[in-house]
Amino acid sequence: MRRIQMTVDGKPHVADVEPRLLLIHHLRENLGIGGTQVGCDTSNCGACTVLMDGESVKSCTVLAVQADGREVTTVQGIAENGNWHPMQTAFHEQHGLQCGYCTPGMIMASISLLKENPNPSEDEIREGLEGNVCRCTGYENIIKAVQQAAGQTQGTPAATS
Amino acid sequence: MSRSEATPIAPTRVGPEPTISRPGGIGQSERRPDGVPKVTGEFEYASDMWLDGTLFGATLRSPHPHARIWSIEISEAEAIPGVYAVLTHEDVPGRKVYGMEIPDQPVLAWDRIRYQGEPIAIVAADHPETARRALEKIAIDYEVLDPLADAEEAMRENAPKLHLSGNVLNHVHIKHGDGDAVEADVVVRGEYEIGMQDQAFLGPESGLAVPDGEGGVDLYIATQWLHVDQDQLVESLGLSPEMVRLTLSGVGGAFGGREDLSMQIHACMLALHTERPVKIVYDREESFYGHVHRHPAKMRYEHGATRDGKLVYVKARTVLDGGAYASSSPAVCSNAARFAIGPYECPNALIDSYVVYTNNPPCGAMRGFGAVQTCFAHESQMDKLAGALGMDPVEFRVKNAMTTGSTMPTGQRVEGPTPVAELLERVKAMPMPEAAGDGPRDLRELPGGVSNTTHGEGVTRGVGYAVGFKNVGFAEGFDDYATARVRLSVTDDGPLVEVHTAAAEVGQGLVTVQAQIAHTELGVERISVLPADTRVGSAGSTSASRQTYMTGGAVKMACEAVRERLFERVKEEFGESPNSLSLEDGSVVSGDRMVASLMDLLDGEDIEETVVHRHVETFPLDANGQGDADMQYAFSAHRAVVDVDTELGLVRVVELATAQDVGKALNPQAVEGQIEGGTAQGLGLALLEEIQVRDGKILNASFTDYLLPTILDMPPVKMDILELADPNAPYGLRGIGEPPNISTPPAIVAALRDATGRELPRIPVRPEQIAGVATQPPRRSPQAGGGYADIGDIRDRSET
Repeated sequence: MRRIQMTVDGKPHVADVEPRLLLIHHLRENLGIGGTQVGCDTSNCGACTVLMDGESVKSCTVLAVQADGREVTTVQGIAENGNWHPMQTAFHEQHGLQCGYCTPGMIMASISLLKENPNPSEDEIREGLEGNVCRCTGYENIIKAVQQAAGQTQGTPAATS
Repeated sequence: MSRSEATPIAPTRVGPEPTISRPGGIGQSERRPDGVPKVTGEFEYASDMWLDGTLFGATLRSPHPHARIWSIEISEAEAIPGVYAVLTHEDVPGRKVYGMEIPDQPVLAWDRIRYQGEPIAIVAADHPETARRALEKIAIDYEVLDPLADAEEAMRENAPKLHLSGNVLNHVHIKHGDGDAVEADVVVRGEYEIGMQDQAFLGPESGLAVPDGEGGVDLYIATQWLHVDQDQLVESLGLSPEMVRLTLSGVGGAFGGREDLSMQIHACMLALHTERPVKIVYDREESFYGHVHRHPAKMRYEHGATRDGKLVYVKARTVLDGGAYASSSPAVCSNAARFAIGPYECPNALIDSYVVYTNNPPCGAMRGFGAVQTCFAHESQMDKLAGALGMDPVEFRVKNAMTTGSTMPTGQRVEGPTPVAELLERVKAMPMPEAAGDGPRDLRELPGGVSNTTHGEGVTRGVGYAVGFKNVGFAEGFDDYATARVRLSVTDDGPLVEVHTAAAEVGQGLVTVQAQIAHTELGVERISVLPADTRVGSAGSTSASRQTYMTGGAVKMACEAVRERLFERVKEEFGESPNSLSLEDGSVVSGDRMVASLMDLLDGEDIEETVVHRHVETFPLDANGQGDADMQYAFSAHRAVVDVDTELGLVRVVELATAQDVGKALNPQAVEGQIEGGTAQGLGLALLEEIQVRDGKILNASFTDYLLPTILDMPPVKMDILELADPNAPYGLRGIGEPPNISTPPAIVAALRDATGRELPRIPVRPEQIAGVATQPPRRSPQAGGGYADIGDIRDRSET
């Protein structure tokens, strides 16, 4: 067992973990931060994407010990003072999800994408999200969501729920 | 797969909450209320559930596709500290087999293994890893048998029988008009094949069974049809329905793959045995073995037409590989027969559709089942025939398109709007994507992308069209119904409508639509959609594009019944005639005049109604495949534009355009999402997705090797949505979920043929087929070879 310390969604966590434990399992099962999902176990689908020191990583390919001393951000930590992150609003308004299983990872990958390229073209959005699979939407509305969050388009006029 | 979980200490979390929203009425793009927890990470999927004291289940599966079991030894596994139960077939309390239509699948195998991955034993332990280690200590004495891995072979008289009933699980024969006893000016033949597609829902199978301490059990489960799960659980657990209660937990996609049971019985058995909550979660690899797939099919077609381009006859013979167990194969087989010739008028048809048991993975429901397979064949044939006639493929289709009043090969008259020609003309009329300019091209817009395989040289553009259709709802006399309970009350926050059904929200947006319907019918802002469970009657399956029609229709009727009782109350108290009344903004009004507020009318006296919605009666097919089997048809057309690197066989789908009649779009944004998503799955089937099975064994049970369309594979979709009301349907709506992935694959392949001139008789199309360097010689061309075997019964053929 190895003692590690990391900040997750702004809160510090200290834990003793086996060196082989994956970050996603540490988050979900040790820390009870279960909003990030496991879709494939082989780093193909991206459902488990989180930010580590601001960079998007697939948390099924990162060992918990590699996150020692780092700052981890999940979809549960991006709202500020109860206000959603613009990417969350955009995914909701643009119907950028159906079953929603890919959404936590897709949102984090999209946030990372806009951080690197605040005004991406459609091609650049596609390139940036290539590592995240969505089985429901056909991606069209995910692109619209990223464009909205980038300030390129406005939200739909639909009433909020 | 090595995985190390720590002992879960996460907080207790179980059971979904009601979804409360303030939606607008139908026809508006209301945001999905479940979108709120889904974007914040708070949505509870089946795999997120925890309870204190939960044990973890694991399943021992056969590594062999075909084997005899001589013994199962579990004592070593039982002795491992932390293991609470190791159960086998001997421990199944009730019926030892299950199945939706035919109970032929062992809950846990006892003497024979019929597919790789078949469950044999289950373990519950205090840690998932302990459970998996215990599996390794179960000793099975197998006698490995040769797998029967080819459907055609399995049909032969001398093939070993995999089930007592024989290997032909279903045969549907349709004779329409004079069958094939007619002459035609132009005849084309073709043989087509489709691989095994996986639903690949992103959230793997998961469930939590909680014993109630009195011999009963509560199961929280990601499924498509709670009541058909309950029926099978009751049988195999040997309990009464009251003792087996199911609640839908968050579903990470379904697409047909959750219609059959996976771990439902196993989790309940372990929970009842250990008297502890038991959770089972499959990983991705196990998921590939843990659910049924889309049937692979071989289809042999002959089309005859007059010289001026009218269809004279179609002969079709389809063999579907059902794999080891029945699942929904009989219905898939019938669909493959009823929709064999496509949405066309054809006076004569002879259709034989078979589904066969083999030692391959069991196949069952996947989006568009039966129609997806045959659409690829009939649309390929229509292109071939148009080519032989020298006609434009769209013009030729339009000339033969089914219209209102047309007759199906089953003899059924097609009622209501039937815009087959219009859909084709609309996709054709949509503006084409821009052709490539002369200058240097962006690599990302070329086949091969940034792999830098071409700068445009050797790249050819192709365009293809297809139209498809399928029935909505369950067919052939099935008693198809949905139940809804609606309660109107007043709380401290004002009027509230509670909608309770057992209908599974799997991502399609049913929760939103139910709330919109309740708002429309009762004029109340605040709607609570209760968790789906078995405390209310069956809603039927979330499949067959039926749930908005069936459960949406049930919610509408239940709201109407509530409204009627409310208006009776108004009549009693105010003497107003119900005919003049309506509901608006929480009040009963007569014209512009407010009669009474719901606050006053309902004070302490809620109104609740439960109704059952049945669609029009359907009928089984007779021996010649005749009968009014279908409730409603849904149609869509696609146009595909592709760029092909003809040297390397790489493809970039430039654009997909589609037109679909949805009758009435209750939530246009959700309708668009369904069409785009279905189109993406069609693209996957055309170009990428196939479970590779060799000698009964799956070779690619992971997302590394099973290729799903990514955002780079999927082009923009142009859409034209028609709303031609079906007079028989609630709000005139038409089921929408399945048509998009029925007409997408043939349109893409038609575009590839247009670009390359190759025959491409098999999907998914592989680069080596496009480039003409397939390691296997291409399948015999029926036209060139001339040695086309007669389309007869396979049993006749097998004797020669």
